[in-house]
Amino acid sequence: MSEAIISIQNVTKRFGSVVAVDDVSFDIRPNEFFALLGPSGCGKTTLLRMISGLEIPSDGTILIDGMDTDGVPPNRRPVNMVFQSYAVFPHMTVLDNVGYGLKVVGTPKPEIEQRAREALEMVQLAELAERMPDQLSGGQRQRVALARALVKRPKVLLLDEPLSALDAKLREQMRLELAKLQESVGITFIIVTHDQDEALSMADRIAVMDGGRVSQIATPEELYESPKTRFVADFIGKVNLLDGEASRGRGNAVTVAVDGIGAFNVEDAEGVEGQVSLAIRPEKLKLSAKKPTGKDVKVQGKVVDLAYYGNASHVFLETTSGISLTANVQNDTRDFDDTLAVGDTTWVSWRATDALLLGG
Amino acid sequence: MESWKTNRAVFWVLSLPGSFWLGFFFLTPLALIWILSFGEKTGIITIDITWTLENYIRALEPVYLEVVWKSIWISVLATVLCLALAYPMAFAISFAPGRWKPLLLMAVMLPFWINLLIRTYALIAVLRTRGYVNFTLEWFWEKADAVLTFIGLEQLELIGARFEPLPILYNNFAVIFGLVYVFMPFMVLPLYANIEKLDKSFLEASLDLGAGHWRTLRSVVVPLTMPGIVSGIILVFIPCLGSFLTPDLLGGTNAQMIGNVIERQFKAANDWPFGSALSFLLMYATFGALAIRSVLSGRQSGMEI
Repeated sequence: MSEAIISIQNVTKRFGSVVAVDDVSFDIRPNEFFALLGPSGCGKTTLLRMISGLEIPSDGTILIDGMDTDGVPPNRRPVNMVFQSYAVFPHMTVLDNVGYGLKVVGTPKPEIEQRAREALEMVQLAELAERMPDQLSGGQRQRVALARALVKRPKVLLLDEPLSALDAKLREQMRLELAKLQESVGITFIIVTHDQDEALSMADRIAVMDGGRVSQIATPEELYESPKTRFVADFIGKVNLLDGEASRGRGNAVTVAVDGIGAFNVEDAEGVEGQVSLAIRPEKLKLSAKKPTGKDVKVQGKVVDLAYYGNASHVFLETTSGISLTANVQNDTRDFDDTLAVGDTTWVSWRATDALLLGG
Repeated sequence: MESWKTNRAVFWVLSLPGSFWLGFFFLTPLALIWILSFGEKTGIITIDITWTLENYIRALEPVYLEVVWKSIWISVLATVLCLALAYPMAFAISFAPGRWKPLLLMAVMLPFWINLLIRTYALIAVLRTRGYVNFTLEWFWEKADAVLTFIGLEQLELIGARFEPLPILYNNFAVIFGLVYVFMPFMVLPLYANIEKLDKSFLEASLDLGAGHWRTLRSVVVPLTMPGIVSGIILVFIPCLGSFLTPDLLGGTNAQMIGNVIERQFKAANDWPFGSALSFLLMYATFGALAIRSVLSGRQSGMEI
């Protein structure tokens, strides 16, 4: 188990009769940027707070760098947290805020000052060291919170929805900066977020949580292209979900029959049979006026609605048999827009291998 | 809210009752007292306003300064005790489960529902020589005595030959006890309001950064609840300084506070000018305390909590 900086073993957390985290086990590797992703109330923040020691698991064990954290209070754990509200102390200057964690453990004064200034340098706030927090913007306050946690040289940095209070532009910039920061300090970052874009763009691995349980732990690519459950497929990105009936064909091929579209072969399905969900990402659908030739799955549909996003458009379709599909079309030429309009009939096709079988 | 400028009539009408009340029942009597403090008593019911400073000079005589000084230290002690008891109480209420909070707050405010005079007389029944405190102590003494007799040590008289009731009424202790009891809610409530709205993640951040609970209390909670502490101190200290009922009923003949002296000037001594001068000296002292407070709080800039 020396591979894991944090090892979560059968951890359960109950609040009264509510089970917030339900028998969760997984490992987080050293120097990893790890994301806990899920809708609100899925238990991700509770899990983070249990790692920090601010909540105590009802059951199970959390090891931090091989040390059992049972009975270890937050102030004795080699992890530090960036709070959602940043919790920058309003009665201290920026420098005192950053130095606080060193001061309370009796670090000599000159060292506090030096390390605090270094940490502020790292988050590009060196010039604002003497300011009071109420003279800072939200983004600057977050940097103070980051510096304050990093100055402790934790083995793991915990970030609770760190970007949720920032505006969209700043959020995007901070994503890149956090990823860069993680690389430069070389410690494990664990981020809690409900924003899939945030998790996908920053994390090395993501744990998708739902109802207190972990649905899947995988790299961003794997989560997007090979989700294991219907929930993950639906939560990460947009997806067309079709209900079908699977039956075994030759080799490891599976034939899926979808009402109104027909039967076709799907590869690599691990022996799934019976009622299944078929997931196809919108950008995997191709639209064409003429009936496409070749072995692709094809179906005719009508454009019900269009949503323009600048770089891409979402085309909402309804097949003749009444199935709703969404296609994502890249607006890669400027004169694209006159090709489709609401009410048009079009052919939708996709490669059979681009569809993914999900049990349940 | 700029509409009062466009609707002046409404503004004036609405502010009239309050202004009238304040002017007629507060400012006017205050002005009268102020004028009286420069007067001279010429008969039993006649007072000449001669703009003499004699009353103020007399008020600065050692005998009165001593009473003022004593009032101040009794009030300071009562305020400090209130703070020491109320802070943990307010903290506990703020961290209590949601459905307990209203009940606990009600328990703090419950004494307000009973008249101060009745509560003070009840305290006399508790504290007097043949009161409940001494009854309880006597009961313990008897039990201890029985035990000592049983093990054959009664001859040594380790706890005295007979029970001596504690003199806890009609002295400074009783006055301070009474003041703490009466003014406690004025300390608990502003503290509670302040602690309640304190973002708990400040506490968590402090713990997370390596501070223990005491360190967190000292470096984070107390500085951030300073406005509540200051309000509580003002709300307790000022009425303590001017109180006369509590020292009158619970204090002995020598446990007088400045409020009692002032009361006596207006009643028993029938010396209104001197009483007025003493009242105004007390008010100036209070203003002085408030001024010091605003200077101190002005120094801590950026403390907008």
